[in-house]
Amino acid sequence: MGVLSFLFSSSIGRKLVMAVTGVSLIAFLVVHCAINACVYFMDGGATFNAAAEFMAHNLFIRLAEVGLIGGLLIHIVQGLSLTLDNMKKRNNKYGAAPKRSNSTWYSRSMGLLGTILLLFLVMHLKDFWIVSRFDAQGGLTETKTLYHFMVEVFTNPVPVTLYVLGCISLAYHLLHGFQSAFQTFGLNHPILTPMIKTLGVAFSIIVPLVFASIPVVLHLDLIK
Amino acid sequence: MKHSMKVNLQVWRQKNAQAQGNFENYSVETNPNMSFLEMFDVLNEQLIHDGKEPVAFDHDCREGICGMCSMVINGNPHGPKQAITTCQLHMRSFNDGDTIVVEPWRANAFPVIKDLSVNRSSFDRIIASGGFVSVNTGNAVDANNILIPKDIADEAFEAATCIGCGACVSACKNASAMLFVGAKVTQLSLLPQGQAERQSRVVAMVNQMDAEGFGACTNTGACAAECPKGIPLSVIATLNREYTSAKLNGK
Ligand code: HEM
Ligand code: SF4
Ligand code: FES
Repeated sequence: MGVLSFLFSSSIGRKLVMAVTGVSLIAFLVVHCAINACVYFMDGGATFNAAAEFMAHNLFIRLAEVGLIGGLLIHIVQGLSLTLDNMKKRNNKYGAAPKRSNSTWYSRSMGLLGTILLLFLVMHLKDFWIVSRFDAQGGLTETKTLYHFMVEVFTNPVPVTLYVLGCISLAYHLLHGFQSAFQTFGLNHPILTPMIKTLGVAFSIIVPLVFASIPVVLHLDLIK
Repeated sequence: MKHSMKVNLQVWRQKNAQAQGNFENYSVETNPNMSFLEMFDVLNEQLIHDGKEPVAFDHDCREGICGMCSMVINGNPHGPKQAITTCQLHMRSFNDGDTIVVEPWRANAFPVIKDLSVNRSSFDRIIASGGFVSVNTGNAVDANNILIPKDIADEAFEAATCIGCGACVSACKNASAMLFVGAKVTQLSLLPQGQAERQSRVVAMVNQMDAEGFGACTNTGACAAECPKGIPLSVIATLNREYTSAKLNGK
């Protein structure tokens, strides 16, 4: 442990943990987004259900899921403690706000965006993950699949709105986080960094947009 | 061109490190061609004339190289312009009748000594913690004895232009000193002198930086945007890389 204790004690070590866990979460988002997008096959959710079924029962996936949850918990705990510690470094606040902006608002609000994401995740995991993983409680059957269940949840406009808001926070969290992680890894290169930034912007718009579109189209009954 | 202008100042006055401190209002008749510090000289003349305590502020070279003139002007360190220090800022960057808020660098690691003057010894202690580099002494060495490729020399020189002013800390929402420490670590790790101490040096400097109470970087980029010398964010990436590899090597 001695060699790695810097990951939880030093400023750079703690940043590094944020970046490693953040990038793992990004990798998870790719898979999650691809599976969700299966609803656009317009086959009454058959492909989506098959993919979800595979994810729920494949041993390898279940093991990866344990790692993912561990990583998410570390990201949350480290993220909140880092944000709180950083807030204690300037006891006397400035009287005037900067006139000439020197950074984006979302880069300065990662703790807040993360906290919104955390609230969203609690709701989201309760809505779907519990049902899809713990058969006994959810009561998913041949006739009431995960897809049916999702259609049912999104008939109500309240979860639709909350899901869209969650996706907007995700978009801004990623808009800063994606490229920030590479800087934390020590990668800042005249050719690669602009490419990473462009890729990050595309990812931060496309992925949350695909996620957010699903509750909306289901609510409006646009896909069958 | 107009030759006189009036500005209203809200200046932070604080007796000493322990005192509470508050903004005081002043109005100064100035001239568009004066530097911001010269405008403060006029204010201080006026205060002394009126039998009041002049405003304490740091300055030395007044030509943008010493890094002393720490003032946060309307919320931006060194004022509204980019890539200059306060001493290089002129009153023509403001309009007649403007209200200008002037306050000290604010960070727990930079305690206020008096008014606008802050104690930046924490920076000195970070530098000192880096220790010494091994350079042979004796007769002056021939200029080209140690060959340094031009691109590397240029990169090291770019990092070496940091004047240790602390604007990066003052601009950062986390009061992080990583742009400053990154500039120093980048400069030293690029040059052939001092390679023997490369890994222990970066670890010691980061430990000192954390101990001094500077925050952790979240890559907002405010520091580089406010740096009077245009030190780029890439020095923080270099710092991250140098520190992480030193740690993984058990340093
Ligand atoms: C799917 C969910 C999430 C993803 C994909 C994600 C991704 C990321 C990434 C890539 C970073 C950048 C790391 C770096 O700057 O080196 C980051 C930073 C951060 N995240 Fe998350 N995150 C997620 C959820 C959360 C949650 C739930 C919280 C909080 C409670 C949170 C709080 C933070 C904080 C505080 C930072 C540090 C900000 C910074 O260093 O600029 N994140 N996240
Ligand atoms: S990095 Fe720039 S802002 Fe920071 S101390 Fe050096 S010169 Fe000043
Ligand atoms: S007084 Fe020396 S940099 Fe401004």
